[in-house]
Amino acid sequence: MTAAVFFGCTFIAFGPAIALFLFTIAREPLRVIFLIAGAFFWLVSLLLSSLVWFISVQISNKDSAVQQKGLLIFGVVLSVLLQETFPMSHPPDLSGLGFGFMSGAFSVVNILADSVGPGTIGIHGDSQHYFLSSAFMTMAIILLHMFWGVVFFDACEKQQWWAVAAVVISHLVVSCLTFQNPEYVASLVPTYVILFLMGIWAFYSAGGSLRNLKLCLTCKDKDFLLANHRPR
Amino acid sequence: MANDTQDVENNTDQQDANGGTEQHQEGGTTRFGSTVGSEGGSGPPEQNGLPPSARPPRVAEADEEDDEELTLKYGAKHVIMLFVPVTLCMVVVVATIKSVSFYTQNDGQRLIYTPFPEDTDTVGQRALNSILNATIMITVIIVMTLVLVLLYKYRCYRVIQGWLFISSLLLLFFFSFIYLKEVFKTYNVAMDYMTLAVIVWNFGVVGMMCIHWKGPLRLQQAYLIMISALMALVFIKYLPEWTAWLILAVISVYDLLAVLCPKGPLRILVETAQERNEPIFPALIYSSTMVWLVNMADTDTAFKRSPTDATSPQPEHQEGTAPPASPPGPSGDNGGFTPSWVTQQEHQLGHMQSTEDSRREIQQLPSDRPPVEDDDEERGVKLGLGDFIFYSMLVGKASAAASGDWNTTLACFVAILIGLCLTLLLLAIFKKALPALPISIFFGLVFYFATDNLVRPFMDELALHQFYI
Repeated sequence: MTAAVFFGCTFIAFGPAIALFLFTIAREPLRVIFLIAGAFFWLVSLLLSSLVWFISVQISNKDSAVQQKGLLIFGVVLSVLLQETFPMSHPPDLSGLGFGFMSGAFSVVNILADSVGPGTIGIHGDSQHYFLSSAFMTMAIILLHMFWGVVFFDACEKQQWWAVAAVVISHLVVSCLTFQNPEYVASLVPTYVILFLMGIWAFYSAGGSLRNLKLCLTCKDKDFLLANHRPR
Repeated sequence: MANDTQDVENNTDQQDANGGTEQHQEGGTTRFGSTVGSEGGSGPPEQNGLPPSARPPRVAEADEEDDEELTLKYGAKHVIMLFVPVTLCMVVVVATIKSVSFYTQNDGQRLIYTPFPEDTDTVGQRALNSILNATIMITVIIVMTLVLVLLYKYRCYRVIQGWLFISSLLLLFFFSFIYLKEVFKTYNVAMDYMTLAVIVWNFGVVGMMCIHWKGPLRLQQAYLIMISALMALVFIKYLPEWTAWLILAVISVYDLLAVLCPKGPLRILVETAQERNEPIFPALIYSSTMVWLVNMADTDTAFKRSPTDATSPQPEHQEGTAPPASPPGPSGDNGGFTPSWVTQQEHQLGHMQSTEDSRREIQQLPSDRPPVEDDDEERGVKLGLGDFIFYSMLVGKASAAASGDWNTTLACFVAILIGLCLTLLLLAIFKKALPALPISIFFGLVFYFATDNLVRPFMDELALHQFYI
């Protein structure tokens, strides 16, 4: 594997997230702190779910591969549920993005590190698209976390419990879709469809509308321009 | 004028004439010193020497909200001002550990302070050895702190200064030479001794100047980060595995006790300095703004400086939700470097003199810049270099030891940053000197062991099947 693979996958996986970070977060120190706090909470939820999984593995039959896989699936579901129960701090997009960053990093950083080293991918008959699909999946997950965060927070504020349930269910669906890997078409395409839908939902619940979008794109949105005007 | 100053200090004592601030000088450990200080402390709150601006009559609520928001923003800015150098130091250490194998090789050499080997036959023996090593190290640190306090008490300023000078000399020349050598070896770069001599000489001399005399702020900060990274690398290489973790834990406890207990040597140091009404010997401290350093040996300057410092715009650190108060006391910007901290550094380095000298010297250097603009941006925060060293040591050890796993490194990194953030928040709430090591190191250790033993197998299994959570 080459440096091209490494850089390509890194930029695919983290490109949008880093762009978001640079444009919306990097200037405000407070937002950076919230981002890191979000990452920290995700880490804690992961820790708890790993603990449960670890204990369950220790008391299970280690020889049975089916059982191990079943336990893994149980671990995944538990992890998703724990993530959703963790406090979402305000502002919601930051905690969501923090979750996303950490989740993406934990999923993909070891893979990226391996991609720099020597080796041939899929030499034993596994899929040759391992790295690329991981990168795309990571990007989707990071953005999804942010959208989930926005919708979840908004739904909690407005006490729309059906929306909260929808967020949790869509998270579970996305995770369960990954169980179909390495049939990447079956897992990636629905994930991206869900990503697109969640994006639209988050946009509307954050107060966006077609009108806003039009104003923004044609640079006629006065509020936006004023808010972002920084004295030099 | 009333300033809320926050200093994260490693052994930094800041003079507080009215005792409004507690500053602890500590060897080696970082303290958060919250100095709420102003000279004289009377009168309405002033901003850096400016007369109080007339506040247009506003609704009290809006005023308070704005104030709170401003304080929150400034607090956040100061937290970020510390996040960036800590992150940079960690990045340097992790990058070196991952690429230069020298620092993870076990050459069989040990520091003289950790004489017991860890490659023993039984686990019990190994545990015992590591406990003994950690005990020796901590004892050395405590002894050195006491020595420093005594030196300070009996006004042997020259001795302390010389000590610091030699330490920084050793670090800037000898350790960086070794570092360069190993980097060249790793990347198979052919280098002749002449060029190397020129490079090391220039690096060292400029470093000594920046640290002990005058220099551009960014360069000084860069040097401080580099020497902290070098020191952390030395620790990572020469401290055996279990000893290193034990030392981290013990030194956080020591930090906690030394700062919060009334009978610690550092407290004595601070009180002595306050009695003498002079700024405490600046130790090695990273400062995000220009610091007016008072040369300890030059007490005249010190005296002249203090009033000037007091009247000139002082960085006002507003922490978190702390409303600006007007407690009396000098805003010792230059204040409160604890020689003890330096000493502690010395111990920790063992025979290798640390750069405490250099750091102290840096602190002692008067800055080139004109007096601080009464700009909020100019109010800096300080963090002791010992904190940098231990944070980087933890993250470096995590990346070296955790079977090449990046998740553990990331987890420790986030944990330490959150710990730092929490400590700053506590500082804002309690407004007194707080140790900066305990919370971060505690989180770091918990996350290291938890991630390495629990999360890593889970994530490995997930990555194998390409499951995502």
